[in-house]
Amino acid sequence: MDLTLKIWRQNGPQEKGEMKTYPISGVEEDMSFLEMLDFLNDKLINEGIEPVVFDHDCREGICGMCSLFINGEAHGPGRKVTTCQLHMREFKSGDTIYIEPFRAKAFPIIKDLMVDRSAFDRIQRAGGYISVNTSGNTIDANAIPVPKENADKAFDAATCIGCGACVATCKNSSAMLFASAKISQFSLLPQGQPEAKERVLNMVHQMDLEGFGNCTNTGACEVECPKGISLENIARMNRDYLFASLSSNK
Amino acid sequence: MALDSKVPAGAIADKWTKHKGEIPLVSPANKRLLDIIVVGTGLAGSSAAASLAEMGYNVKAFCFQDSPRRAHSIAAQGGINAAKNYQNDGDSVYRLFYDTIKGGDYRSREGNVHRLAEVSRNIIDQCVAQGVPFARDYGGLLDNRSFGGVQVSRTFYAKGQTGQQLLLGAYSALNRQIAKGRVKMYARHEMQELVVVDGKARGIIAKNLVTGEFERHSAHAVLLCTGGYGNVFFLSTNAMGSNVTAAWKAHRKGAYMANPCFTQIHPTCIPVSGENQSKLTLMSESLRNDGRIWVPAKKEDAEAIRAGKLHPNDIAEADRDYYLERRYPAFGNLVPRDVASRAAKERCDAGYGVNKTGEAVYLDFAAAIMRFGEEEVHVKGLKNPSTAEIKALGEKVVESKYGNLFQMYEKITASNPYKEPMMIYPAVHYTMGGLWVDYNLMTTIPGCFALGEANFSDHGANRLGASALMQGLADGYFVAPYTVGEFLSTDIRSGKIPTDSPEFEAAEQAVRERTEKFINNNGTKSVDFFHKRLGKIMWNEVGMARSEKGLKQAIADIQALREEFYADVRVLGSANGMNPELDKAGRVADLIELGELMAKDALERNESCGGHFREEYQSPEGEALRDDENFAFVSAWEFTGVPAEAQLHKEELTFENVELKTRSYK
Amino acid sequence: MATTSKGLFGSSLARKYWMAISGLFLCTFLVGHLLGNLQLFVSGEEGKLAFNEYGHFMTTFPVVKILSWVTYGAIFLHTVDGIMLALQNRAARPEGYVKEKQSANASWASRKMALLGTLTLFFIVVHMKSFWYEMHYGELGLDANGNKDLWSLTVKAFEQWWYAAFYVIAITGLAFHLSHGAQSAFQTLGINHPKYTPIIKMTMTAFAWLIPAGFVAVAVFLYVVQPGQNL
Repeated sequence: MDLTLKIWRQNGPQEKGEMKTYPISGVEEDMSFLEMLDFLNDKLINEGIEPVVFDHDCREGICGMCSLFINGEAHGPGRKVTTCQLHMREFKSGDTIYIEPFRAKAFPIIKDLMVDRSAFDRIQRAGGYISVNTSGNTIDANAIPVPKENADKAFDAATCIGCGACVATCKNSSAMLFASAKISQFSLLPQGQPEAKERVLNMVHQMDLEGFGNCTNTGACEVECPKGISLENIARMNRDYLFASLSSNK
Repeated sequence: MALDSKVPAGAIADKWTKHKGEIPLVSPANKRLLDIIVVGTGLAGSSAAASLAEMGYNVKAFCFQDSPRRAHSIAAQGGINAAKNYQNDGDSVYRLFYDTIKGGDYRSREGNVHRLAEVSRNIIDQCVAQGVPFARDYGGLLDNRSFGGVQVSRTFYAKGQTGQQLLLGAYSALNRQIAKGRVKMYARHEMQELVVVDGKARGIIAKNLVTGEFERHSAHAVLLCTGGYGNVFFLSTNAMGSNVTAAWKAHRKGAYMANPCFTQIHPTCIPVSGENQSKLTLMSESLRNDGRIWVPAKKEDAEAIRAGKLHPNDIAEADRDYYLERRYPAFGNLVPRDVASRAAKERCDAGYGVNKTGEAVYLDFAAAIMRFGEEEVHVKGLKNPSTAEIKALGEKVVESKYGNLFQMYEKITASNPYKEPMMIYPAVHYTMGGLWVDYNLMTTIPGCFALGEANFSDHGANRLGASALMQGLADGYFVAPYTVGEFLSTDIRSGKIPTDSPEFEAAEQAVRERTEKFINNNGTKSVDFFHKRLGKIMWNEVGMARSEKGLKQAIADIQALREEFYADVRVLGSANGMNPELDKAGRVADLIELGELMAKDALERNESCGGHFREEYQSPEGEALRDDENFAFVSAWEFTGVPAEAQLHKEELTFENVELKTRSYK
Repeated sequence: MATTSKGLFGSSLARKYWMAISGLFLCTFLVGHLLGNLQLFVSGEEGKLAFNEYGHFMTTFPVVKILSWVTYGAIFLHTVDGIMLALQNRAARPEGYVKEKQSANASWASRKMALLGTLTLFFIVVHMKSFWYEMHYGELGLDANGNKDLWSLTVKAFEQWWYAAFYVIAITGLAFHLSHGAQSAFQTLGINHPKYTPIIKMTMTAFAWLIPAGFVAVAVFLYVVQPGQNL
């Protein structure tokens, strides 16, 4: 396949960036999108051009490290896939492919296509946990039965990989799908109840502090989410936050 | 130095309890004066950092990824073992211990393995308390499934994403401590050097990958939780960034490397599709619960398939060779990983492979789909259903069990596994070898500990499925937080470790020089070029089947490759700022040295055991021939300057609680 | 532009609640308004007197007066809150994409709520000038019962093609605004349930199109029938 790649190049957080054009030939259908970029980088290195910097690690769609806004969509045209799972057979020879970093004020660019998503970690630190110390004698795992439906829903919410596609896709750069997934996971489990109110208030507060936008329920995040995290989680967060605000003593 | 495993005396079942009771305690006031560095934030690292911080130590945690949540533990699919016996199928701590020793082909340390089996139960309790959403049955209780090499159902799981859920649980515990200020987190930082002062590990030199700056971090103890080194093969199921640098730096500073040649080749991975492939994707072992593995029984059929003239669905039942069921009737498709992998290689080498390159076998769900379909027909009370209807019902059941795996397979291969059999082939997955540690998980450098896949201790020559997660969390939550006390209790008067000592100075200088060497090398070939070549040598000669001749050749080839690498590698850009190529160059340099040591280790071990298969040592039927008389020991290698000239130290393995037997799954 | 307070005032979620609550209240207002408008289908003196009677009632009955102040408040809140949200959302992405394919994952209306809302606000201003202002402060004649003759003012306005056309366009914009907003308000308030959400969505979608259709029908009727010419 012969392709024309238009890639955002930016040397550092403070530098000005621009789209640069790279024609490339010899791309194979079986390559993943990131392998195509490896292939490009190898070529660039041979030509003495600095390779394109992008985040990636597991290359099997679970670590959440790869990002990339491809042809106007987070993780490209596929559904329920990350960029590393996108294969070149989705494109045709002769195509022009735009490759941009995820964009949001809360995701500053580090270099080229690599962005800083530590805002997500800070949201998690604000309450995305159950306060239980390591202990050899917590109660037996089967002491509290959890209805299968709730356990399954908690699992579905917990499959979020924290890649940031929801933020990148949302026209408001909102992180609500991300935050609500973690809040929902614990909200659905009996173990999460004691801290439920504090959790939702604190995590939403941190999300606001990070400078993410608001949810206007366009639903774009759910469509582009590689793990198919449901909008139901956002509703659950909205509900929990409302009740927590009304009933909290603070 | 004589190796002292420090396994406590006494009955196997009492060792750990007794030892825990006897470890000197560090008072809360003194814990506040002690700093601990944890490198790596996978299951072992995150859980250790969180637990140590809860206890009161000052913890600094490091990971090279942009967030601790991305460590490669996240990719583990199938599950985590625990001797809970919830299924009432006769499981017990002893049975898990026994299965692990046997599965490891009697090359692991009894004391450590029994402790692992003991704490396995606490792990599940802990994780559930943390909100890890394990799969549950309709009564709301935890569900289990079965894995290779065992005859009980003791594997807890969360669909095909168990590692993710467990890691996120540990990550949340870690986050809680970061929020409290008890752990200081350094993401996008990579350990470049271990600093040893007066014979004790006293800190690290870390590189801030974003700015390129080198930072000195001191501590009273350093925990390496840096995972395995499967990427020495270039193509593996490891993440792209997984590397051996931290462990290797410790090795160069005096930590022994144990059993480096014990590599697990996982039988069910998606086969290699082309030259530009960067990584191999695992298909969970849980698929072998229901999938049947086969190749055509007739060579001409295999040839026709390879040529694209025949479709697997057109091969009659009688013309299929379900070789695992044929060779190992007792365990069938659920034989341990090393056995299943070798059997696949044997069939493919004999010319029965089924993809273009001849390196693939079928994993077929057709029978399972029909079996489940018929069950559903029965449940639903349907009368005279057509085959298509039964099939559709069966496909639904298979989807509910393995849906995400099937989808992943289809995304990668563009082939629908519901309609035609999957193609799979073994791939490098896990490394049982690692830094030698004693019962306290301390390496031969006092104060330097190794946890999880980074150490060698629990899996012998072959790891059972769903045991890696168990070991990572056992070490991090329940073992190291106690055992570090034995070392640290002697250190309460040391005070803050200064970072301006000559040792820190020298360590930083060495790292700087190496970085500058790469940047100013002006070579002609990319880092990947060398990494791929290393991978080929390793896969061909130090892979699934090894021979004296091949290993000797491999050592020579790797040594030549190393020279060429340093002379000709090309790293563009600058050392100041984000430069992934530069970081990769450092990792590959260490992998090349490690590869040489692995070949050396494999060459010295004149037996076949677990994942280590020497062609010279096999039975007439092609089964591995273990030599307990001469090789029931752990090879611990001391660095002397050239990997192939490392000095061997032996830790003799004694088996008092299991009888050494030839592993048979027939 | 980050939001820094917690609770029911100031946090991003709180702003959304107020948007949803004010929006839903305005939806009920629309129903009331439409019911009043439907009287315009009755032509002739009889219709005129009845409509003016209704107008008198609406501007003098205390409960209705209170409700109308709540409505003004809701419009104000919905507008100010909406502007703040829009500004915040814009600030959340200072540098946009070169290529963006929003149509791939979200409906047009859901992406254009601010634009549609602005159009609606503009319409409200014009609409209130045309009728509300005249009714309260203009010099309207009296009908046979001595009520202000709002009816004649109304039908005359719609006899002009450009006014009727503007009205229809504005109401269509409102319909799109409602098509997203009316059901999305439930999601914002946390009402999302696998069993009930499809029903809510269907009902609110029907609402979003049928209510504006009612307004448009009255406008078209007035323009076509021109009832003012016959009196």
